Amino acid sequence: MITAAVQERENYLNASYGLKSWLLTKDHKRIGLLYLFTITFFFFIGGAFATLIRVELLTPQGDLVSSETYNKLFTMHGVAMVFFFLLPSIPATLGNFFLPMMIGARDLAFPRINLLSWYLLVAGGALALFAMLAGGVDTGWTFYTPYSTSYSNTWVIATALGIFIAGFSSILTGLNFIVTVHRMRAPGMTWFRLPLFVWSNYATALIQVLGTPVLAVTLVLVFCERVFHIGIFDPALGGDPVLFQHLFWFYSHPAVYIMVLPGMGVISELVSVYSRKPVFGYGFVAFSSVAIAVLGFLVWGHHLFVSTQSVYAGMVFSFLSYFVAIPSAIKVFNWTATLYKGSISFATPMLYAFGFIGLFTIGGLTGLFVASLGMDVHVTDTYFVIAHFHYIMVGGTIMAYLGGLHYWWPKMTGRMYPEGWAKLSALVIFLGFNLTFFPQFILGYMGMPRRYHVYPPEFQVLHVLSTAGASVLAVGYLMPMVYFIWSLRYGKMAGANPWGATGLEWQTASPPPLHNFDVTPIVTHDAYDYSAISGEVIEVG
Amino acid sequence: MFPEQASTFAPEVDHLLYFLLGVSVFFTVLIFGALFYFAIRYRRRSEQELPAVVHGGMALEILWTVIPFGLTMIMFTWGASIFFRESRPPNNAMNIYVVGKQWMWKLQHQEGQREINELHIPVGVPVKLTMTSEDVIHSFFVPAFRTKQDVVPGRYSTTWFTPTKPGKYHLFCAEYCGTKHSGMIGWVYVMERKDYQDWLSGGRAMGSLAENGEKLFMSLACGNCHHPDGSGRCPSLVGLYNSNVRLSSGNDIHADEAYIRESILQPNAKVVAGFQPVMPTFQGLVTEEGVLQLIEYVKSLSQTPAATPAVNTNAPLTPSATPTPKR
Amino acid sequence: MANELHAETLALREQFDDSAQQKDASTLGMWIFLITEIMFFGGMFLAYTIYRNAYPNAFAVASSSLNEIIGAVNTAVLLCSSFTMVLAVRSAQLGQRKALIIFLILTLLLGMVFLGVKAYEWNQKFEEHHVPGASFHLDGTPLQGQAQLFFSLYFCMTGLHALHMVVGVGLLTFLIWKSYKGLYTAEYMTPVDMVGLYWHFVDIIWIFLFPLLYLIDRHLK
Repeated sequence: MITAAVQERENYLNASYGLKSWLLTKDHKRIGLLYLFTITFFFFIGGAFATLIRVELLTPQGDLVSSETYNKLFTMHGVAMVFFFLLPSIPATLGNFFLPMMIGARDLAFPRINLLSWYLLVAGGALALFAMLAGGVDTGWTFYTPYSTSYSNTWVIATALGIFIAGFSSILTGLNFIVTVHRMRAPGMTWFRLPLFVWSNYATALIQVLGTPVLAVTLVLVFCERVFHIGIFDPALGGDPVLFQHLFWFYSHPAVYIMVLPGMGVISELVSVYSRKPVFGYGFVAFSSVAIAVLGFLVWGHHLFVSTQSVYAGMVFSFLSYFVAIPSAIKVFNWTATLYKGSISFATPMLYAFGFIGLFTIGGLTGLFVASLGMDVHVTDTYFVIAHFHYIMVGGTIMAYLGGLHYWWPKMTGRMYPEGWAKLSALVIFLGFNLTFFPQFILGYMGMPRRYHVYPPEFQVLHVLSTAGASVLAVGYLMPMVYFIWSLRYGKMAGANPWGATGLEWQTASPPPLHNFDVTPIVTHDAYDYSAISGEVIEVG
Repeated sequence: MFPEQASTFAPEVDHLLYFLLGVSVFFTVLIFGALFYFAIRYRRRSEQELPAVVHGGMALEILWTVIPFGLTMIMFTWGASIFFRESRPPNNAMNIYVVGKQWMWKLQHQEGQREINELHIPVGVPVKLTMTSEDVIHSFFVPAFRTKQDVVPGRYSTTWFTPTKPGKYHLFCAEYCGTKHSGMIGWVYVMERKDYQDWLSGGRAMGSLAENGEKLFMSLACGNCHHPDGSGRCPSLVGLYNSNVRLSSGNDIHADEAYIRESILQPNAKVVAGFQPVMPTFQGLVTEEGVLQLIEYVKSLSQTPAATPAVNTNAPLTPSATPTPKR
Repeated sequence: MANELHAETLALREQFDDSAQQKDASTLGMWIFLITEIMFFGGMFLAYTIYRNAYPNAFAVASSSLNEIIGAVNTAVLLCSSFTMVLAVRSAQLGQRKALIIFLILTLLLGMVFLGVKAYEWNQKFEEHHVPGASFHLDGTPLQGQAQLFFSLYFCMTGLHALHMVVGVGLLTFLIWKSYKGLYTAEYMTPVDMVGLYWHFVDIIWIFLFPLLYLIDRHLK
């Protein structure tokens, strides 16, 4: 089976050495790893800010940091997590690594543009990091005007510029993925034989390409307003501060689907492989991804229900917001149905998949609350909304991301992670997460506003519970850091297909050779055809 | 763990909450239960297992699309109905003006009482807040009433509620507005009718909003051009409020608070038909509170000389308040 | 199979199976990029439309202060440059190196004329005190704040467009140099094609900018 000879086999990791071979690589797999390091870095930055926030909120008074500092903490937590961790996460790491392999291609359509995308993220991130270290920014990650354009005295422009640059990273990745899926599929790989992970990343790419430019131009206008006082958002000069909100949310709502759709793609893969069955309702899940991408562009006004947007516009946006919820529900039902009469394994990635389905269900259901106009009037701008989106972004996306990392770790590194520790950390994360964020639903309905440094004492108990949860969650996130690195040296060697999965990426060695496949695959069967897999199934979980 | 219900909207919103919670709990239990059950019932017993493919059905997909859709349409309609009524204050609502600024709330009663970070109102009487900001966007949030409305610079926004229970309720700013955002809080005091009257009479010495508006009108020399009989260079303001005005562009406009405010601060944006654009702007010469006082004064020119505030709080709790023109 | 030994050339990069696939991919990629540019400019067009609707009188007066003759001349210049660009692409397809270089140079020159005229226009605006800022003043309307907003949008939109033209000029320079070196043949002229698409797009943006900024409601002056 696994002999020393395998260790000598050339793969993408040992094909060349040295810093230059990484920093000037055109290999999508190496670029995926470069992204992995970058986004992990920003995850810890964002996490550090979150820690300070939660510790401050243990007491009703502002006794840990000043208000100015607190306002910078929640702003920078949001900026780091949204723009430099969540938005790139799955597409740029797992998508970059596996999308070409899953369709049987040697690389993406434009490898050098792929590398450029990474450099753009790093440049944008460096600029934003500079802003954070030089004094911070305190506008909220949403930059509402006129506060951000005429009142804040912090590093708004540097941060906006950093996000602007990172936006192009996202656009180019999306462009690359779309062209790749359209033009580089292996012979026999028809659209409806594509793994659902590809469908999800494709739908995500559509949003990246169409939505991000609007954010870019919005940031340009914020820059012009702040520097040249052009008056576009300043009422004293005839401008409209709410126009900013429309422009901002026109991107930022679809952006949340950029953040969750790839996660859904991972879950489709996991649920199939660890039930050893095709995903139930494949076509419906595929179309749901595209439906979410399209409908996601029609609902931005649900962030403006109490903003002085007209009542009738509010009704239209509320109505459409319920439409966008339905495809997500369809996916949850189909994933659950996939388990029926399956052969269920409890390997760590599957535990994360279970976690995702459960927590995304809760997060998605609470979306129905905020989509309801009369309810949203009460809960918008409170901790209810914070809980809602953290259930989806953290309980959803981050769980999917971790599940995907564990699932594909053997393929990427040729090593298995330690299953016992991994299961434990999945459990710790699940418990810590719920303890952190469930109390926040209650806090929100009780009226605790968001972005509050100090608060009335009756909210303290729930805040203490939330902070306790956050400490558990932090431990849960540190554990994979440790054992993943440990596994690189000491992990069990992995074969080509430790999970008995069907994707093309599993039909090649672990780690893969430089050009992915020694021979271009020819596809003759559907995406999740387990009867076509031969042997090499190793005991797990 | 639950906020008090202190307005007519509160129980309505809470009932919607119960429905949403019910649906959520149902589906959460359904999904968690199914996952749990399937995971255990179909757990992998041997590595060589190869389950048979279960074919999907159009019927099932349609079922679990249509049922959730139906439920969401109920959620939409219910929420929209509450929202619609929240946007339609009754004609006899008591008007109170709110100016938000970093980092305090300034409130003015028509009778003249001014408050900072506090709002005293009588129980059982609909209250309409007309609000603006002097600087950045704020939001007027009273959890016990279940109401919230952004307060935006350069325009008026309104919210309304009818308090149902005397007591003291949190007022929060709910739109991040800078350093002391979490300090921009206060209290709403809902009082028994008699107590409110007592409280109110403490403020009459300051003069009502309309009276102060008249003083401001004189001191800014508005009367030089705006003669009551319309004989000046400018239109008469008598009977202006709530009327329809023909503009020089040919359009008609309804003369509400926003129109009057714009006419003071940007007089040449809309010029009345038959008049020249000669009015100077008072931007910078009058504060937002001053504008509100002027508006109240102009409103008073549309009422009979013996006009009382829109709702007579001495009257019993029946909807027989002084009629005001329909909006 | 074409995968075994990939001699990486410009006409066939190793990730592609054949040059037809590569050309296809490049073309699709460029079209998608242009769609992102539409979304990018779209935000500004939206802001302009909203404010034009809100402040029709001030915007009409401000718009009328722009020199529509110069604007029309610039439009003609850009249209001609798109024509010469098409001829350049045609020449490349036919493998006519000299013609390709000439047409690229003509396109470049016309582009520079456009930029020069734009610089002149902006200078005019500066001298007439139509540049937003402390010394802004527009005759013919008391609504100075709103008029200033028009010019802010005018400078942002034409500035963004001019920036794209400058990038286009840079791309054309690159193409001219590479054509001179003999890089493009009838088999491989994709970069010429792609820059052509980009150039036409920048032209089309101007086709929208010109009437929106210069022509609508002139009679209202």
